[in-house]
Amino acid sequence: MVVHTGDHQMIMSARPALDSRATPEILAGKPTAPSAVVKLAVNKLSCFYGTNKAVRDVSIGIHEYRTTALIGPSGCGKSTFLRALNRMNEVVPGARVEGEMLLDGQDMLQMELTNLRRRVGMVFQKANPFPKSIFDNVAYGLRLHGGKGSHLASAVEQSLQRAALWDEVKDKLHRSAFELSGGQQQRLSIARALAVSPEVLLLDEPCSALDPISTARIEELLYDLKNTCTLVIVTHNMQQAARASDYTGYFLMGSLVEFDETRKMFENPSRQETEDYITGRFG
Amino acid sequence: MRRHFEIELEALQGRVLEMGGLVQRAIHLSVESLQGRNIGAAAEATDEVIERIEPSVNELHREIDQRAIDLLALQQVMAVDLRFVTAATRIGSDLERMSDRSVNIARRSISILTNPNPKLVIQIPRMAETVEAMVRDSLAAFGSRDEDLARSILDRDQEVDEYRDVVFQELVDEVTVETRFIQQALDFILISRNLERIADHATNIAESVVFMVAGEDIRHRYNTAASS
Repeated sequence: MVVHTGDHQMIMSARPALDSRATPEILAGKPTAPSAVVKLAVNKLSCFYGTNKAVRDVSIGIHEYRTTALIGPSGCGKSTFLRALNRMNEVVPGARVEGEMLLDGQDMLQMELTNLRRRVGMVFQKANPFPKSIFDNVAYGLRLHGGKGSHLASAVEQSLQRAALWDEVKDKLHRSAFELSGGQQQRLSIARALAVSPEVLLLDEPCSALDPISTARIEELLYDLKNTCTLVIVTHNMQQAARASDYTGYFLMGSLVEFDETRKMFENPSRQETEDYITGRFG
Repeated sequence: MRRHFEIELEALQGRVLEMGGLVQRAIHLSVESLQGRNIGAAAEATDEVIERIEPSVNELHREIDQRAIDLLALQQVMAVDLRFVTAATRIGSDLERMSDRSVNIARRSISILTNPNPKLVIQIPRMAETVEAMVRDSLAAFGSRDEDLARSILDRDQEVDEYRDVVFQELVDEVTVETRFIQQALDFILISRNLERIADHATNIAESVVFMVAGEDIRHRYNTAASS
């Protein structure tokens, strides 16, 4: 399918999302997650900071139980777009959005904000633990939603396990989160986001402050998480997008230039602009 | 921590070995049909090689290349993993050519057996036995990353070349005194030529294994030594 969006043409895959050549699971001979439906549909979304149009008429379908990476040069609008997906931009003075965002067909702009952010979680570039214990960091969101007692402890353990951090912290749950390494703090941030069982997890450059080993851990974690969660990751690291995602979108000057299966994007992109960027000839 | 691309590397190895198994069967069927001297059985074996094995081999050849491209483009494989992926694509190409050679042998075998009094050149089964062992060992060396086994295959290529020369001379002598044997002689020469080329591909696989395991490129050394 070819969709014209503003000055740029957006290419969307016409192939079904469960094309047997599309997913690492099938490449590795493993069963795929059962779903390939569009979890989050964005139609002609524009984001403004005052009169500056930072995101221009972007339309994209985020597939359920898949990882979608957003790449592009600095200032291309990819982070602004990501933040719009759980309405983070609303706190910025003068910021506004136009267009439509649907989560399972429901209008996200009309949803009660706490409910939206429970369903669509966010992990930021810099790990931001609260000045509390490891346990209380993860329990924070659960308590807001009424969690307590053994159910709370069980949910904290489960979240830490899903974030591949449990084995490293299970004996020091009541120590300060600041005692953890950078990579552990970032996994703690992911555990905290996972605690309220989000359906979509947004990650804004989650590895940019981490060393290669910690980065590999997070990437493996993301690979496992997509069995239960839909992931959208913004990264300036093209290799990370190639390694960790099933779909990739390339942003340039606020527009989505191309969106397709990651394999297609990195082996045979449709647009010259994408090819120039991923081959290092531009950006 | 086990990274998920390691599972993909294992899957690639599995496909190469699966392709190798098919090619081994194709070689064996094509040679066996000649030795059996039974035109019916030979026709069946030839059908299996051409209709069933060859298309599967071609499909695996494409799949192996695609998996390798995916690993190079998406996983940025390095060092031993990079050499493994490179070796896998080279081996895939060698196996595909070996399968084609088996088809040639099967067709020549049918041609020989349609003759009312087919002769059997005694060196061909011995040559085939040596070639089949080389193919088997080259794939085993790949599967177990056994550098020593791979290097042991290189010396055996000379043995196969000698068989080819003996077969050629024997047939030349034969047709000199009995010209009606010319068609069969040509078929046998082509069979020995195809067996010799299969041995060359097995040698290539062994060289790829040495490159994969030790990072040493030993291609063309033997040729250089032989020509000097």
